[in-house]
Amino acid sequence: MSRDLEQPIAERVREAAAQATPLAIVGGGSKEWYGRTPVGERLDLAGHAGILNYEPSELVIRARAGTPLAEIVAVLAENGQRLPFDPPAFGASATLGGSIACGLSGPSRPYAGSARDHVLGARIVNGQGEVLEFGGQVMKNVAGYDVSRLMAGALGSLGVLLDVSLKVLPRPACELTLAKECTAGNAIAAMNAWAGRPLPISAAAFDGIRLVMRLAGAETAVHSAAVRLGGEAMADGERFWTELREHRHGYFAGEMPLWRLAVPGPTPPIDLPGKWLIEWGGGQRWLRGELDPVHIRAAAQSAGGHATLFRGGDRNGPVFHPLVPAMLALQRRLKQAFDPAGILNPGRLYPEL
Amino acid sequence: MTTTDALTVRRNELVRGLLDILPADAVLHLAEALRPYECDGLSAYRRLPMAVALPSSVEQVRAIMRLCHRLRIPVVPRGAGTGLSGGALPLSDGLLLSLAKLKSILNLDPVARTARVQPGVRNLAISQAALPHGLYYAPDPSSQIACSIGGNVAENSGGVHCLKYGLTVHNLLRLEVVTAEGELLSLGSDAPDAPGYDLMALMTGSEGLLGIVVEATVRLLPLPERAQVLLAAFDDVARAAAAVGEIIAAGIIPAGLEMMDKLAIQAAEAFVHAGYPVAAEAILLCELDGTNDEVSEHVMQVRQLLLRCGATEVRTARDEAERQRFWAGRKSAFPAVGRLSPDYYCMDGTIPRRRLPEVLTRIRELSVEYGLAVANVFHAGDGNLHPLILYDANRPGELERTEQFGARILQACVDAGGTITGEHGVGMEKIDAMCGQFAAPELAQFHAVKAAFDPDGLLNPGKAVPTLHRCAEFGAMHVHHNELKFPDLPRF
Ligand SMILES: Cc1cc2nc3c(=O)[nH]c(=O)nc-3n(C[C@H](O)[C@H](O)[C@H](O)COP(=O)(O)OP(=O)(O)OC[C@H]3O[C@@H](n4cnc5c(N)ncnc54)[C@H](O)[C@@H]3O)c2cc1C
Repeated sequence: MSRDLEQPIAERVREAAAQATPLAIVGGGSKEWYGRTPVGERLDLAGHAGILNYEPSELVIRARAGTPLAEIVAVLAENGQRLPFDPPAFGASATLGGSIACGLSGPSRPYAGSARDHVLGARIVNGQGEVLEFGGQVMKNVAGYDVSRLMAGALGSLGVLLDVSLKVLPRPACELTLAKECTAGNAIAAMNAWAGRPLPISAAAFDGIRLVMRLAGAETAVHSAAVRLGGEAMADGERFWTELREHRHGYFAGEMPLWRLAVPGPTPPIDLPGKWLIEWGGGQRWLRGELDPVHIRAAAQSAGGHATLFRGGDRNGPVFHPLVPAMLALQRRLKQAFDPAGILNPGRLYPEL
Repeated sequence: MTTTDALTVRRNELVRGLLDILPADAVLHLAEALRPYECDGLSAYRRLPMAVALPSSVEQVRAIMRLCHRLRIPVVPRGAGTGLSGGALPLSDGLLLSLAKLKSILNLDPVARTARVQPGVRNLAISQAALPHGLYYAPDPSSQIACSIGGNVAENSGGVHCLKYGLTVHNLLRLEVVTAEGELLSLGSDAPDAPGYDLMALMTGSEGLLGIVVEATVRLLPLPERAQVLLAAFDDVARAAAAVGEIIAAGIIPAGLEMMDKLAIQAAEAFVHAGYPVAAEAILLCELDGTNDEVSEHVMQVRQLLLRCGATEVRTARDEAERQRFWAGRKSAFPAVGRLSPDYYCMDGTIPRRRLPEVLTRIRELSVEYGLAVANVFHAGDGNLHPLILYDANRPGELERTEQFGARILQACVDAGGTITGEHGVGMEKIDAMCGQFAAPELAQFHAVKAAFDPDGLLNPGKAVPTLHRCAEFGAMHVHHNELKFPDLPRF
């Protein structure tokens, strides 16, 4: 369904700015649980939907923020293409805008790039209710600051996304998933060693028991790489990666807080009690447990990374990794540059933003 | 006091302060010593700075920024000075800050596949250092033997391999940046997805207006097992352009996909003897890389496809030496064209690929209208055009005519749904063209972003983003489609 609500949305933001009314921006509500507790009047984007432009040979799709992610994925698939960063939907109602605002990427992230890497342009409403357009529908564009990529992961706190243009790619001709039992330490070492070789690897994870790797590319390339990598071919490989991406894998069941630690890939297993699941060639590590956040953050930081309370736990405290004071001050000035009244998803990312 | 006297007083004050921070040979202030810094790769614009500082440590950069902040002296950063948009053009009342002496590779981690380098390190030096580990740094601007990684970050530079491997922004993990106030900040992270706003995305391509890059951690990739290049000749430019779309529609993403037109082919052939077919109207260079089997499979497919699209000849490089020769012709296209005429002016528009034939036709029409020849070289895979306008700066009025011609090409790119710059940046050169691409509210937002980083406007002021006043004046001269872009601004 295609509908243009740009004017009413901009009008609503202008009114809210005038009255200093905080707005809680909602796409499909599928990631309502992500970030700090939303506050403010609900601003619905789901109605502002529709694919605006898609020329498969240009490798670009442009769609309104409320367009269901599933619709985009399906239209791309009909044309033999896909979103290379393979975003998690976390529910059927997920929208394009919400996916980009959260900036989350799927299992192919270390090999194909992140959500922000694929943003080419964005049309937004800033906190003063002005409709602004940045970037475009071309692969390369360095005119002006790269505001559209800045929107990825900003959780709507710099602007309401109206539409987004993304780079898309052909689906690989062939995919194959291989699994092999090993220890966490060996899995991390293997993932990083293989990633330094010219092999068509498109995902690598350790599920607690097995090192699981996906190959993608031309058929001949996938099959010869499979011989080098060894391990058992998984019959339901695609399902494994989908369940991992959507957190429907058994590991994610239950109410225990879920922590996401982002660290440099080769970091050895981190010495914290709890259940671990390792993705992204070692770069993204999930941890379940009622642990002291201070310890978790310190462990991530000393490995050169950062930790997020991804799901569950106290959403009124710090959820994202604390910023050093000079960085926080700069981010706060940037927030004010876009949203001087502080009405767009205030506090969802950090209390100060 | 006259302005010249005032400038001398300020210069003396600046130089005194710099000499407290740097050894005497790292502070230049005499006219003949300043001369090599008067321009970057866009030599039509020249200006001498008040002084040049050549720090060799991050602490010195910080101290210099604190000094300039205290004295309210603007700072223009400079890497290798190969920029093509006047981004490193000095300000006559400003300091030129050269990062050229910060040129160490600090760390290369073959397991994490990263390199931590200082900003003055040359692009190619990273790949050379990574080679023994079977790794390389993917973005490869044609200027890679000379340009610095700091300059690459500031321009978000691309290269012939960026359709498949991305631009500079896609290959960075972390930046250390000194702010206008001399504060040191870390952007990005050695881990994926840094917390908070993605300031690294904002810093990349910001042309020295938001901060001084003093260190970059870049991602290294494994060298492909094999790379093979095909050269296809066409007797019609439009047919060559159509073939580009067909390759991508077939689900193949080449490592590089470049196009050259007749004049560029002939110039390159005369210069480096690459073995190009000089009678062709256009050639396509299509590089395929990956595993051995994959490349064999794709070479067959692309070959068939090119012939189906009307290529008059398709050659596959017989060996690595021939592959290098094919590329040498492309990579030396600018200097090669430079031999045809006393001067050339390189444009950098990007358009949606399917509009290639019509925009090329438009450029040909304009070439006739202005009586100036154009050679076309472009990153066809991502629609990034580099029309090179041939002119002679010694002929009265010819530079002005060339610039007008260039501005019309950029407008044609914007009208086709593209942009005025794909990789060379706005700098000083395209500052007016920005008024055609962005409306007042976007420009105001850019200025607000700038102020968040640099409230006093001391970093490379006057570049990259035009003031609203400048656009109002410019708009009065160039009314587009009969609409005023800045109706709310006072006109004078
Ligand atoms: C023959 C030739 C071929 C070229 N081919 C390509 C190409 O294929 N692709 C491409 O993208 N470009 C190309 N270029 C353009 C140019 O080489 C790039 O823009 C390059 O990145 C500039 O790097 P530099 O070190 O020379 O920067 P400079 O020219 O010194 O500076 C460029 C800009 O960056 C700023 N800057 C420099 N260093 C820093 C720093 N450390 N911190 C903050 N700001 C800084 C400057 O203020 C200026 O605005 C080419 C140029 C030439 C002459």
